[in-house]
Amino acid sequence: MPTEQQISGWGRFPKAQGQQHFYRSESELAALVAEHPHCIARGGGRAYGDSALAGVMLNSKHFNHVRAFDRDSGLITVEAGLILADLLAAFVPQGWIVPVTPGTQFVSIGGMVASDVHGKNHHVDGSFGQHIQSLRIMMADGSIQQCSATDNADLFHATIGGMGLTGIILTVSFRMLPIQSAWIRQETRRCDSLDAVMDEFEQSQHWKYTVAWIDCLSQGENLGRSVLFRGEHASRAELPMPLAERALAPKAKRKLNVPFNFPRGLLNRWTVSAFNEVYFRRAPEKRTDFVDYQSFFYPLDAIHNWNRIYGKKGFVQYQCVIPKAESREALQKLLGLIASAGEGSFLAVLKLFGPQDGLLSFPTEGYTLALDFPAKPSVFALLDRLDQVMLEHHGRIYLTKDARMSAHTLRQSYSELSHWQDIANLYDPKQRWQSEQSSRLGLRQSEPPKEAQNS
Amino acid sequence: MSQNQTALIIGAHSDMARAIANQLASEGYNLQLAARNAQARLARSATDLILRHQGEVNCLELDVAATDSHADFIEQLTPLPDVVVCVAGVMPDQQSAEQDYALAKLMIDTNYAGVVSLFEGLAPRMASRGTGCLVGISSVAGDRGRQKNYIYGSTKAALTTYLSGLRNRLASKGVHVITVKPGFVNTAMTEGMDLPEKLTAEASEVALDISKAIQKQRNIIYSKPIWRLVMLVIKHIPEFIFKKLDI
Repeated sequence: MPTEQQISGWGRFPKAQGQQHFYRSESELAALVAEHPHCIARGGGRAYGDSALAGVMLNSKHFNHVRAFDRDSGLITVEAGLILADLLAAFVPQGWIVPVTPGTQFVSIGGMVASDVHGKNHHVDGSFGQHIQSLRIMMADGSIQQCSATDNADLFHATIGGMGLTGIILTVSFRMLPIQSAWIRQETRRCDSLDAVMDEFEQSQHWKYTVAWIDCLSQGENLGRSVLFRGEHASRAELPMPLAERALAPKAKRKLNVPFNFPRGLLNRWTVSAFNEVYFRRAPEKRTDFVDYQSFFYPLDAIHNWNRIYGKKGFVQYQCVIPKAESREALQKLLGLIASAGEGSFLAVLKLFGPQDGLLSFPTEGYTLALDFPAKPSVFALLDRLDQVMLEHHGRIYLTKDARMSAHTLRQSYSELSHWQDIANLYDPKQRWQSEQSSRLGLRQSEPPKEAQNS
Repeated sequence: MSQNQTALIIGAHSDMARAIANQLASEGYNLQLAARNAQARLARSATDLILRHQGEVNCLELDVAATDSHADFIEQLTPLPDVVVCVAGVMPDQQSAEQDYALAKLMIDTNYAGVVSLFEGLAPRMASRGTGCLVGISSVAGDRGRQKNYIYGSTKAALTTYLSGLRNRLASKGVHVITVKPGFVNTAMTEGMDLPEKLTAEASEVALDISKAIQKQRNIIYSKPIWRLVMLVIKHIPEFIFKKLDI
């Protein structure tokens, strides 16, 4: 019998008490589902907040087989517990990569579906959900349902981005992308202001991958100064000689580790400003080079346990998206608030999304801003002010990053929420799937939870 | 890379065996996976390994505790493997094994007697070929008997001693023998136990350690390496003190 343990998401805030159960087959999972009235699936544990925390967590790490792969079409079927890094390690050398990847490869494929993750190519290829052909799901009554865009379509769309609250994803079938090399031709551009980087994004729509690092502490005319990265998969023919020889198998890089929790206060206005100044000045005004896919997509994965730099009390990540028409004005206000509060983070990212429909999926056409902050009262007060601006400009917050938004904020920002709830209630009338996050936000309830109503 | 080499994994159904199979297949080994009820229990793993690594994978029926069947099993191996990793092992609850000798005997038969029978069958064939590597998964639990799991520990102590002698015998015949002593590993065997994070390895880490040991012809490895130090201390506690401890 598993013991109670203290457990948290990648942000190490909040911490919860719960039991983890592991399963290796569908029949083992069915027995666990029958035994526990309330539970939630847990994969790589890379959701930042409380999305995969609950009193009972069903951990998919051993349910991770590749079941089928068609080398002509690229269609692959995998068990949901498979970690993206393991999939890439096996298939990149064979000339295949995932069509959409988040910023870490330590997520599970099931988590990529439940969060409907986006990547640097969202403006071209949409989110991961748009590449899924079909899903198999264990339902609340222990039965197994297959679904796709044409077959049980409501369940399919409610599960993509559905935070694991429609059932336990068993297998995922999606199309891999053929590649000639594991290298990315990357162009780096320094942009002196928010206006400059937004103009660059507009002009980079034909690039497959775009993303910008943004200096969230600079103020005045430097507000929003950024370094923009654009990338394309390098063809074999364009690679220079030493790289071309190992086109699909770049040498593994040495990994760094953060061996212990850094003391609180190490990251402060001055150290982060200094880091940002150096990072910005070091970036070339314009340069092209070839980088391996790991360095391009997963720069932070090279530092194991980087979440320890925020200390034992953890951190929160704030990621919102603002519709395009209102982005410029809203970003000015958001960055102004963040810079004057002086609570900046190393990792601050700006990205332009393309159009997307979804029920509970995060992306929508517009700019998304992501930053992390140490978890402490002054930060929570700042984030509440950011929420106000975000709501005034019709934005929303990414559930997978969230650990603290209010139930009201959720209801004002996710316009398809009640539609999604109707589908979830149809397939799980007893509301057996529950996470700390779904309880906190009343995700499955038409009204916000009582506490939230009083505040 | 080990193109065209073959590795036999005995007790191929466990988490540890899956991790070792994945590691060796990624290096180019073709695999022979042996377990009880092999076709039913190994089919999913075999497909997974073939799709990931594009090598050959064959599933073979084998009951490690049924020593009568071993001669036939070894006879039908084609080819005779270059590397054999025996992962078979069971660890029922100590108190149950104290009360029910059948459970103690199952440990003795699987963890020790079965391995002896298989390795004794394989050793002369490898010796006459003049190459080969036999890997036995023992345990730090065999380094000293503790009240919490001394029956399991004693089967591993016997295995460690056996592997030491076999290594000595085969050293001049071109066949190498490796003793692997994992500490705590996150697998089905330890699920639900409250294990200290710094002393606990993932199965994939142990698999990588084994792969390096095969390449470098190491004799005895601990995984994680810190366990060598931990067990050095535990082995040197005087018996008159040790017998009163609850560790």
